[in-house]
Amino acid sequence: MITAERKPLDEIIAMILPFKKVLVVGCASCVGECAAGGEKEVGLLGSALRMDARMTTKELETREMTLERQCVYEFIDRLTGLIDQYDAVLSLACGAGVQAVAEVFPNIPILPALNTSFLGQTKEAGLWLENCRGCGDCRLHLFADICPVTRCAKQIFNGPCGGSQDGKCEVNPETPCAWHLIVTRLEDRNQLDLLEEVYAPADWSKKEGAGPRKIVREDQQN
Amino acid sequence: MKIESQLKNVLAAGRFAVTAECGPPKGADPEAVIKKGRILKGYVDSVNVTDNQTGVVRLSSLAACVLLLQEGLDPVLQMVVRDRNRIALQSDLLGASTLGIRNVLCLSGDHQSFGNQTQAIGVFDLDSIQLIQTVRRMRDEGQIIGGEAVSPPPYLFIGAAANPFADPFFYRVIRLAKKVKAGTEFIQTQCIYNLDRFKEWMSQVRDRGLHEKVYILGGITPLKSAKMAEYIKNQVAGMDIPEPLIRRMKSVPAKGQRKEGIKISIETIQALKEMEGVHGVHIMAIEWEEAVPQVVEQAGLMPRPTV
Repeated sequence: MITAERKPLDEIIAMILPFKKVLVVGCASCVGECAAGGEKEVGLLGSALRMDARMTTKELETREMTLERQCVYEFIDRLTGLIDQYDAVLSLACGAGVQAVAEVFPNIPILPALNTSFLGQTKEAGLWLENCRGCGDCRLHLFADICPVTRCAKQIFNGPCGGSQDGKCEVNPETPCAWHLIVTRLEDRNQLDLLEEVYAPADWSKKEGAGPRKIVREDQQN
Repeated sequence: MKIESQLKNVLAAGRFAVTAECGPPKGADPEAVIKKGRILKGYVDSVNVTDNQTGVVRLSSLAACVLLLQEGLDPVLQMVVRDRNRIALQSDLLGASTLGIRNVLCLSGDHQSFGNQTQAIGVFDLDSIQLIQTVRRMRDEGQIIGGEAVSPPPYLFIGAAANPFADPFFYRVIRLAKKVKAGTEFIQTQCIYNLDRFKEWMSQVRDRGLHEKVYILGGITPLKSAKMAEYIKNQVAGMDIPEPLIRRMKSVPAKGQRKEGIKISIETIQALKEMEGVHGVHIMAIEWEEAVPQVVEQAGLMPRPTV
């Protein structure tokens, strides 16, 4: 999923300051899962903003709603007819959601309430870990299903570097060394031969490309 | 201008090589480099110039190498993959060779979060093993990455680092084998304080026959004090100082500790000289270049060969 964290309340209050009528819109998909922008967080943020407005005698009218996804047109369309009644939208979506809504309604400011973080997994309640960089050239099967691009601080394909000690990364002793995990799991799987391979430089054009990437699938178009 | 690497010549002649490290200054000061070079001249075969080590901005390794070359020394250009992508790395390899530099040491580089530019992006387009492979292909096949011809190719003796003290231990020799497979011709090891572990690693190296495919230079860093020893043990990842060595440093009064540090280095070198497959030493006297002539002399490594 795409993970995100809500911006500090002060920043959000400063952002909505010029607007009197604000539509607070959550996204129930990824950022809902990571408890940053789902229905519950939308409710909490809406209340906090109204409370602040009352305390500071600021005029503010809000309405809350949560879309299933803010990055897909058929869900964004639910805002049609409603959004025009507001001065701004405060979006609790990832950056992709904010931009998708703004593209459909280009004349209304869509304010980002979240800082988008990374592609990751829910490790346990309240703990999310980054484990994919979307490099466009997945080779996890060669590295015991542990991504060196994401999980090694130096994105080494032929690791580990000399800073791996007691299974920890020298950059952050709380972070397991990805290569330690790779070596250990390959050993467990009896696949140590994969370690002897010298892996060639990555093709970063699949990640960096020529600016933003796109996927075109004719079979999906009608 | 020099045609051959002195380091390569000494090693090829079967002599026990001695190199030392030179950290460029944090400023546009040629004299600082020249001063260090003059301390080392005559006592070492080559001088290894660090590339913004620990992620701290310093005079460039390439510029410092040229200054040392002008002083009649044989510089080793350290190149880390942290700050430059493959375009810049390959371009600098051509530049170094053009300027008469004959040795390159391919490294990952300390992570940028350790230095004074913690908000910098870490490039890591290639890793150190891929850099070795790149230099080797440029030199021997006349090709840059992607296969385009480069003519004339750079002429460089290729080195890399190995850390017998990092984890997982059984994998350290596999990684060395990968570096050899990628094309490295000499290896500088992490500082050796734990001789037992180093011996164990060397025996794995010999089991794989790697000592016949690559020249291995043992890393030596004279300890300045017991405090330094403790700092390294507790704060520096990938370094291993056994407790008895720390006790030994502590047992000497503070003003005698530098001398004790030098003594330990000399004993280590003597042990390395007897070890099959060790072809020389690399002395990293961090901001203490004056120690190098003492260590070299007292370890019986003088005079340096003229080959």
